[in-house]
Amino acid sequence: MPDLGPLWVSLQLAFVTTLVLLLLGTPLAWWLACTRSRVKPLVEAVTALPLVLPPTVMGFYLLVFMAPNSWLGGLWIEVTGDTLTFSFTGLVVASLFYSLPFMVQPLQSAFESLGRAPLEAAASLRAGPFDAFWTVAVPQSIRGYLTASVLTFAHTIGEFGVVLMVGGNIPGKTRVIAIDIYEQVETLNYGKAHLLSAGLLLFSFAVLVFVYMVNRRAGFRTG
Amino acid sequence: MRLRFDAFSLQVTLDRALTGITALFGPSGGGKSSLLRILAGLERRAEGRVAFDGSLWSDSSEGYHLAAHRRPVGMVFQDARLFAHLNVAGNLRFAERRSRHREIVYGWEEVVQALDLSALLGRAVTALSGGERQRVALARTLLTRPRLLLLDEPLSALDLGRKADILPYLEAVPRRFGIPTLYVSHALDEVAQIADEVVVLVEGLVKAAGPIAQIMERPNLQAYMGRFEAGSLIEAVVSGQDTRFNLTELRVGAQILAMPMVSFLNPGDPVRLRVRARDVALATAQPSGLSIRNALRGKVLAVVEEEETAFAEVLLDIGGSHLQARITRASVADLGLKPGLSVFALIKSTTFDRRAIARRQIP
Repeated sequence: MPDLGPLWVSLQLAFVTTLVLLLLGTPLAWWLACTRSRVKPLVEAVTALPLVLPPTVMGFYLLVFMAPNSWLGGLWIEVTGDTLTFSFTGLVVASLFYSLPFMVQPLQSAFESLGRAPLEAAASLRAGPFDAFWTVAVPQSIRGYLTASVLTFAHTIGEFGVVLMVGGNIPGKTRVIAIDIYEQVETLNYGKAHLLSAGLLLFSFAVLVFVYMVNRRAGFRTG
Repeated sequence: MRLRFDAFSLQVTLDRALTGITALFGPSGGGKSSLLRILAGLERRAEGRVAFDGSLWSDSSEGYHLAAHRRPVGMVFQDARLFAHLNVAGNLRFAERRSRHREIVYGWEEVVQALDLSALLGRAVTALSGGERQRVALARTLLTRPRLLLLDEPLSALDLGRKADILPYLEAVPRRFGIPTLYVSHALDEVAQIADEVVVLVEGLVKAAGPIAQIMERPNLQAYMGRFEAGSLIEAVVSGQDTRFNLTELRVGAQILAMPMVSFLNPGDPVRLRVRARDVALATAQPSGLSIRNALRGKVLAVVEEEETAFAEVLLDIGGSHLQARITRASVADLGLKPGLSVFALIKSTTFDRRAIARRQIP
């Protein structure tokens, strides 16, 4: 029986990251879907960077950014007494950046395909912008939310390079499942590596099948 | 109630007391829908000033714009825009919960009953027909208790049969709930059937405004109405159904008019009949040996000859109703038509179709 600690850390990390990104990604995606601002392409490019950057590059900058001698890392030590790097919290912060496009892009396209019509109807029925957002835009974008959450969760589970740079490999704290696999291979423990790898493979496949099935079902509550 | 309005690219100044149904009529692209959207507060960038019943809604010169959701207007969109994530009852509740004008004394029950929705309440919005969607949309808007109702071509997506089904609701509901209504349409049938007043809007300009019957008779407006569509509106009462010859008989004043049978009418129903001017011929004596069944006795009120054309418009009084006839100037000369002359107006029964008639009350 393999040690379930790394799996547990991965699941916790993916869950927290997805939750926080739902809160942060929603307003960002909404703004991107609605804005006519000239800085929109810039913001979109920044959001999409984690898709193309090598995780080590992201991880390196995040490490520099969160190191105890940086302002954020320093502030964190002052407030919590612990370092941000090589901690679970540090992993969450890194994952927020790393998985950002997987949350924002599906949400943005869901909001864009919604169009102005339902919101105009809501406004004509006396719903203010915030009210209309929660009671019309969000429920009508439920498929976008499902896709975004599932992709974010799965992508965070599979995280490796960024975690290694920022969090290191501390068992029970920052050792996630992908790093555990690397560790098992390094120590020529192929049997265990097989088990974990096959598990992740199946999980990723199941997630993608689920997302594509949801997206195919045209009548899914939004008509 | 008054409405003052003046907009960018639309040169519209409407300062009117609004009661009943006012139709904004004109060709497509004339600015009718934009006008409604501006009134509803959905076009923030429009220039001009909108005030309603003493309160300012927007004034671009002061940079003031009252948000759409704060305006006491209700808008029914062309495409209904029901919320697909809610069922029919959910859509109605959405509006009911947000209504801020509870001093208007009608409730859920009255609205559901007036639009015959009780059987549809549990339905998914996607399972509704086009006509049902518009009924739900109208009910939903009524439940916000608007003080001004805006209807943006609510029938344009429906076929002829469905239009005939829903028109009586549209016509009766604003009156029943006492809400002045602006109704946008480019279909003369609809306007003729439901409006009290009409504002003719062409290329952003108001070409005419006034009671519907008067406006439809004005010869100089016929270019916008479509020459072949111009005509008169006659208020009549169904007097009987002739099942042997399949005719419906209408009483106009003391005289009887026959048209091909319209099965949904019952004796006693008040109706509004549109008679195109080009379908009316005139005779100075009671005709005989003629296939035309309808010969209405009347009096010439006015003769307007159109210079440089072959035609003239003759306005008649038929027992209190106005009727317009489009005949040749040569006939005017031959018959010696002039105001005061007694004539018979001949109308072929076959010129009427279902579109020409509207019941004036809900079944």
